[in-house]
Amino acid sequence: MIDRDQVLHVARLARLELSEEEVERMSGELTGILRHIEKIGELDLEGVPPTSHVVEVATALRPDEPRPSWPREELLDAAPAVRDDGFEVPSPQA
Amino acid sequence: MSVQWEPVIGLEIHVQLDTRTKMFCSCALSFGEPPNTRCCPVCLGLPGALPVVNAKAIEYGLMIGMALESDLAERSIFHRKNYFYPDNPKAYQISQYDEPLCRGGRLGDVRIHRVHLEEDAAKLVHVGESGRIHGSDASIVDFNRCGTPLVEIVTEPDVRSGEEAREWLQLLRETLRQLGVSDVDMSQGSLRCDANISIRPRGETGFGTKTELKNMNSFAFIERGIKAEVARQIEIVDGGREVVQETLHFDPRTERITSLRSKEEAHDYRYFPEPDLVPIRIPADMLESARAAIPELPAARAARYEAAGVSAGNARDLAFRPELAVRFDDALPVADSAQATAALFLNQPEVAAEAEPRAVAEVSNLVGRRELTPANARRVLEILAERGGDPAEVVAREGLGAMQDGDALEAIVEAALAANGDAADRIRAGNMKAIGPIIGHVMRETKGRADGGEVTRLVRAKLGL
Amino acid sequence: MSDEILALTAAQAGERIRAGELRSSEVFEAYRERAAADELNAFLWVAEDTPAAAGEDAPLAGVPLAVKDLFCTEGVPSQAGSRILEGYRPPYTATVVRRLRDAGAPLLGKTNQDEFAMGSSNENSAYGPVRNPWDRTRVPGGSSGGSAAAVAAGMAPWAIGTDTGGSIRQPAALSGIVGMKPTYGAVSRYGMIAFASSLDQAGPLTRDVTDCALLFRHMVGQDPCDSTSLAFPEEVRLPTAERLDGIRLGVPEELTGEGIEPGVLENFHATLDRARELGATTHPMRLPHAPHGLSAYYIIAPAEASANLARYDGVRYGLRSDEYDDLLSMYTRTRHDGFGPEVRRRIMLGTYALSSGYYDAYYGRAQQVRTKIADDFRAAFREVDFVVTPTSPGVAFELGAKTDDPWAMYLNDYCTVPVPLAGLPAISIPSGLSEGLPVGFQVIGPAFSENRIMDAAYALEQVIGFDGSAARA
Ligand SMILES: [Mg+2]
Ligand SMILES: [Zn+2]
Repeated sequence: MIDRDQVLHVARLARLELSEEEVERMSGELTGILRHIEKIGELDLEGVPPTSHVVEVATALRPDEPRPSWPREELLDAAPAVRDDGFEVPSPQA
Repeated sequence: MSVQWEPVIGLEIHVQLDTRTKMFCSCALSFGEPPNTRCCPVCLGLPGALPVVNAKAIEYGLMIGMALESDLAERSIFHRKNYFYPDNPKAYQISQYDEPLCRGGRLGDVRIHRVHLEEDAAKLVHVGESGRIHGSDASIVDFNRCGTPLVEIVTEPDVRSGEEAREWLQLLRETLRQLGVSDVDMSQGSLRCDANISIRPRGETGFGTKTELKNMNSFAFIERGIKAEVARQIEIVDGGREVVQETLHFDPRTERITSLRSKEEAHDYRYFPEPDLVPIRIPADMLESARAAIPELPAARAARYEAAGVSAGNARDLAFRPELAVRFDDALPVADSAQATAALFLNQPEVAAEAEPRAVAEVSNLVGRRELTPANARRVLEILAERGGDPAEVVAREGLGAMQDGDALEAIVEAALAANGDAADRIRAGNMKAIGPIIGHVMRETKGRADGGEVTRLVRAKLGL
Repeated sequence: MSDEILALTAAQAGERIRAGELRSSEVFEAYRERAAADELNAFLWVAEDTPAAAGEDAPLAGVPLAVKDLFCTEGVPSQAGSRILEGYRPPYTATVVRRLRDAGAPLLGKTNQDEFAMGSSNENSAYGPVRNPWDRTRVPGGSSGGSAAAVAAGMAPWAIGTDTGGSIRQPAALSGIVGMKPTYGAVSRYGMIAFASSLDQAGPLTRDVTDCALLFRHMVGQDPCDSTSLAFPEEVRLPTAERLDGIRLGVPEELTGEGIEPGVLENFHATLDRARELGATTHPMRLPHAPHGLSAYYIIAPAEASANLARYDGVRYGLRSDEYDDLLSMYTRTRHDGFGPEVRRRIMLGTYALSSGYYDAYYGRAQQVRTKIADDFRAAFREVDFVVTPTSPGVAFELGAKTDDPWAMYLNDYCTVPVPLAGLPAISIPSGLSEGLPVGFQVIGPAFSENRIMDAAYALEQVIGFDGSAARA
């Protein structure tokens, strides 16, 4: 069961605005999905190591050799708001 | 009477590594280039871009771990630390969590908790009101710094005062500088320090509520900031109130401590293993080259000099000046007194740096044997620095040897007293300061070869004092 | 002429070009025209002009390629089916697309997909659903629905897509074509817009197994830009096997019974008969933890996605909502307006599963289940050469049939999801029709056994003799 307040807390962490009815629907849908998912709670997994990488790859390291950076114009080109050769955002402290 | 409070301080240091490229991409590190000219799809977090670890950053991390006597992990992994902020392009920082590169260790009297690798954030320029934090409407993000390799060093709460913090950080900074892994320039932000501060009644072992003092960018500010925060906490608890856990900012201009809590909510970083990177297993050859690249570091050097008889202060002074210390090391084997020779090096570093080190030791030996006066030792050193040669011969050739013939000196002293009657009178009247002109006279006469102490003894004797 | 071209497989077209009987530009033009006239909404972008004789002597002879929208292609819209990347043209090209282009497969177009590859019906695209060429009232499957429909409908000779929980194999099955999900690490992920990094793999969607092998041959290889990529241990061969003598096929109880539509199950067993006729033996076996695959998958994939999709914040590229009054509302509104309902749902699910207090119960356990599932397969491959299942529990369903019930939609991945959790390769080949709609047969093998998998699939393909021409008409 994931209630309204939890939905709002998680939405805040995820920086997602949700309308009132979206909050309600989300709470219902997540609760439903979690009901199925929680079946893994019944498994005995005592001492089972977690898997975060399926294939064991030898440590991949990159030599410390510079390559040219990218033309600024090309990178700023995709930005929604540009100012003084940089990416403009509302000030975090505003 | 009120409780005696003991400050309990732990430090968290971020060090920018002096690699050629960034932590996870091949962009060159930035030193004040125009904004956003040191960027690529990886360090800008473009869709589909993937990080690849810079081998040099790992090697430097290992060298730091070795210098701090840490345990080096055979296997360490990167985690994602999730939070939204404009200086954090992927909205997660690739950092390390429960499997860091190094664990434990110590430097001086402070134990190390852990050492891990991560990536630096971008620079936010607050435009509008004079680039100052408050009251500005918009900010501009410059990603040049974003992805610069960082090593985070976390100490155990072993520091007890702002002064200790400053001294220890100076040792750490010198250690990192001599390792050659960072330019450790606080004003440029390549060395940054946060302090976790709490207080407890002296004698207790528990911990009080701690506050975090952020981003102090000079040793002086760190010392003063910690002092101010400790005082603030003591005032709070003595006033019967409770310290609240929060992040604080020290303003060196006003000495005022302010809370940064303002807008940020309680953090939930949702750490989880970075799936784009595989576990780091240190290649044996890298471990070797890292070990080989480590010079004798200040703490070890200072300890060695102290053991040789140099005072703690002078030992540290030498250890912090490796270029002078290596010459002192050459002088040490022939020095009768390590302390006297160390003093000679530290008093005239530039001359001592020119002269042949064993000759410098020899000069201090001559002084020790009273065959040369400290006054003339300077001259001899200067000559050695200019033309080299054997100290004893120089002393003989230049006739700078200390006077051994007591009668001759006695005569010169009598002459000096006669020539400075009024000074003699004032000395008789008890004004010892007046002895200056007389000693000056004697030294002129003897070309500095007279022993100052002996001269004073004779003057007193002559005047029946 | 055009119809003649469209009747050819990619490999056949390549041979004709190399023999000088066809010009690559003719092939490109024939497909470009059809793609431009797309009525299934399979394409989001189609190349305007035909490249002048693109690599006729290169290995892929200039046979054009359809590419899933989420592969970054320099200067060409790459939107991952999302509104938050509407009109986004990346400054660089994904490694796998570059490799294929260099091998002589020019870009024909970008194909529709579920937003950020999250879906099993292609109904989650911000640019509208894709229709199934076998029945336009039905879905083509997803998330690589556009690539599957384009190949099935003869609008592209071949295509690449990505598979995270079944996003290549399931749409291939529902659209009556071949789709292969390679061993994790076999194909570079660099330039692939990420959904779940520890599961995502690019793979071919083709008319037959030979095309699959030919395309796959030029996709594999270690990439210095992808730390999780590996060198493929052997040369990728074109399949030739005619028999399956001595091949042991494991039939897992858990994935071949309950929850599978009767028509699909019937076809599955008929296919097992074909296999036995070719000399294979079939062995009932267990994959005890496979039924928990969905649970583990729907924790791990959303958790990784919640971080992978956090970069879409309206700062450096893509959409920024125009009504906001501070940084926080700029973030929250941009991400609300830019993401569709399913993506929001999974971001929420993943964020919740990682949030403090829940990590161990969800993400931690899911990773342990992942270990158990991999162990189950490891044990299985000590007894059998391949594990075989139906690719999808059902055939293509009506548009809108499952959109109101997330878990019902997730159940489409029931048979495919354990495979990427274990990082294994698997192929889906068309094995016939049920209710007039294609059914897929899945062959799962050990890591890097793609050559053997494709050989077995090829032998079966010959005896099944599936005819997909109806969908191309
Ligand atoms: Mg840090
Ligand atoms: Zn870069």
